Amino acid sequence: MTWSEMRPLLEQACWDTLYMVGWSTLIAVLGGLPLGILLVLTDRGGLLQNVVANKVIGQVVNVARSMPFIILMVALMSFTRSIVGTTIGREAAIVPLAIGAIPFFARLVETAVREVDGGLVEAVQSMGGNTWTIVRRVLVPESLPSLISSTTTTVVALIGYSAMAGTVGAGGLGDIAIRYGYQRFETELMWVTVAVLAVVISVIQFAGDYAARSLHRRGGRSGPAPRLRLLTAKGSSSGSGSASADVGKVA
Amino acid sequence: MSVRPSPYVTELPAHIFSPVRGGTATPAYSTVTETPVITTSGLTKVYRSSGREVTALDGVDLHVREGEVYGVIGQSGAGKSSLIRCVNLLERPTAGTVTVAGQDLTALAGRGPRAGRELRRARSRIGMVFQHFNLLSSRTVRDNVELPLEILGKSGRERSRKALELLDLVGLADKAGAYPAQLSGGQKQRVGIARALAGDPKVLLSDEATSALDPETTRSILQLLRDLNRQLDLTVLLITHEMDVVKSICDSAALMENGRVVESGTVSELLATPGSALASALFPVSGDASDADRTVVDVTFQGEAATQPVISQLSRTYNIDISILGAAIDTVGGLQVGRMRIELPGGYEDNVVPIGFLREQGLQIDVVGEAGPEALLVKEGAK
Repeated sequence: MTWSEMRPLLEQACWDTLYMVGWSTLIAVLGGLPLGILLVLTDRGGLLQNVVANKVIGQVVNVARSMPFIILMVALMSFTRSIVGTTIGREAAIVPLAIGAIPFFARLVETAVREVDGGLVEAVQSMGGNTWTIVRRVLVPESLPSLISSTTTTVVALIGYSAMAGTVGAGGLGDIAIRYGYQRFETELMWVTVAVLAVVISVIQFAGDYAARSLHRRGGRSGPAPRLRLLTAKGSSSGSGSASADVGKVA
Repeated sequence: MSVRPSPYVTELPAHIFSPVRGGTATPAYSTVTETPVITTSGLTKVYRSSGREVTALDGVDLHVREGEVYGVIGQSGAGKSSLIRCVNLLERPTAGTVTVAGQDLTALAGRGPRAGRELRRARSRIGMVFQHFNLLSSRTVRDNVELPLEILGKSGRERSRKALELLDLVGLADKAGAYPAQLSGGQKQRVGIARALAGDPKVLLSDEATSALDPETTRSILQLLRDLNRQLDLTVLLITHEMDVVKSICDSAALMENGRVVESGTVSELLATPGSALASALFPVSGDASDADRTVVDVTFQGEAATQPVISQLSRTYNIDISILGAAIDTVGGLQVGRMRIELPGGYEDNVVPIGFLREQGLQIDVVGEAGPEALLVKEGAK
């Protein structure tokens, strides 16, 4: 297969991957952020302490997290159909991708928000701030660098998940690699796809780390800054340990 | 003997002192009135964790008068932190009431752990300063000071005017755009104080505000608190484990042990109380009798009496030799106070008349060994 044959395929695949990952990341952040914050607030000693709610949310998150993505995709088919009207194509893939990523991101948010110094919460309480003020003025801004790192991790994990979306005809880079590279023995195209994936993931990881670091530096926190991970897909996927674990489980 | 000048210097802008700094001309209690601002009665706090009960506060009654600097001192674990957190109900007391500026806060608390609107409104009128500053690292100094004003719903223009005014007051006008990480500990605490003042509070709670600072910075922060107390008629309730803090700025003090207030009162009352542990800790003198057949007496001078040549009068009148074992003169809570440990020849019976003479001069006399074993006990605490 020549480059001129490969190019339109790859362009379409890249676009499909970014489309799916972009939308599902957006939904995952919108859904996972409140969920993760709720996990912290409802925990024992939290501002909205509610042990029952905490246990329920925690359990739902755990179950959703432990579900292999390909199973989740099948399990959610009727739900997907009720939302986008079909179970095939990239729009249809966004639904299970987003639902799979919400609990994933929620756990990362929980960890990040827990790191915020309780003294800051106390300070805002002493000024007469309510819980919403504390979330908006303290918990989110103070954990922003960690939240950005978490988002990067989620994006990288979603690129991994999206390879499986090919099974419902959503396209994307992973789909190309399997259909052409594996099933048709177009080894060259497979390697090109892998290289493109590596570059895409590296760029995303680098951008995320850079954003987190520059915010961190601005705040000049006393703790060590997040390490700047440079290039190579291998480095970046092993850097986001939980993400690669998730992808591995699916494979 | 001459009085040491106060070593507490500050690098504040001069205008801050204008109404206050009259040197000795300003009486120490000029701003203190008898109106109680903070009153706790029967305040009890019990922590329950994994079946165990820890009583942090055991029926604390505290009366802080308007305009005074009130220090609560005690070892760590004595319940000071719980006490100050109960005053603005960051901790819910298990029993008892807290009244701040005539408002019963415990009645506003409601049942759940969340603070209702009324309580939050009351809290915004109580400033609080923390040991570890608790500044938001993601905001600039100015934005940190604006935070309470945002909570109060003030407009942007008003917030920034007020924030700059407060930063000027604490001497940090040039650091408005800096992030907390770029400031020194003392500067961070100044920002903390500016932030605490943003809501125009009548009451400032200080939770070990100087404990994370070096001695020099501690002095300048204490001086700032003192000046704000005088200038803004601000009532300050502070907790500390450092005797020096009480010594340098407090009008009144309370000593806490095991969740109870053991001693309390104005500094001059405490110093006039024979055998007061707090007074001896504030003002330790040491020295042991050189021989068995000697009487050791602690003499405490206050105000006028501090300048009288009583010892030489005593020596001349009764023709006795007096050894001075230890002595100090200092300014405690704005009062000139001296304490001296002297030794008279002969046993207590032989010295009844000279001791009577000293009492007649208006001095406070503690005969060590007769009534003063506590004096030796609390010396440790003073360090």
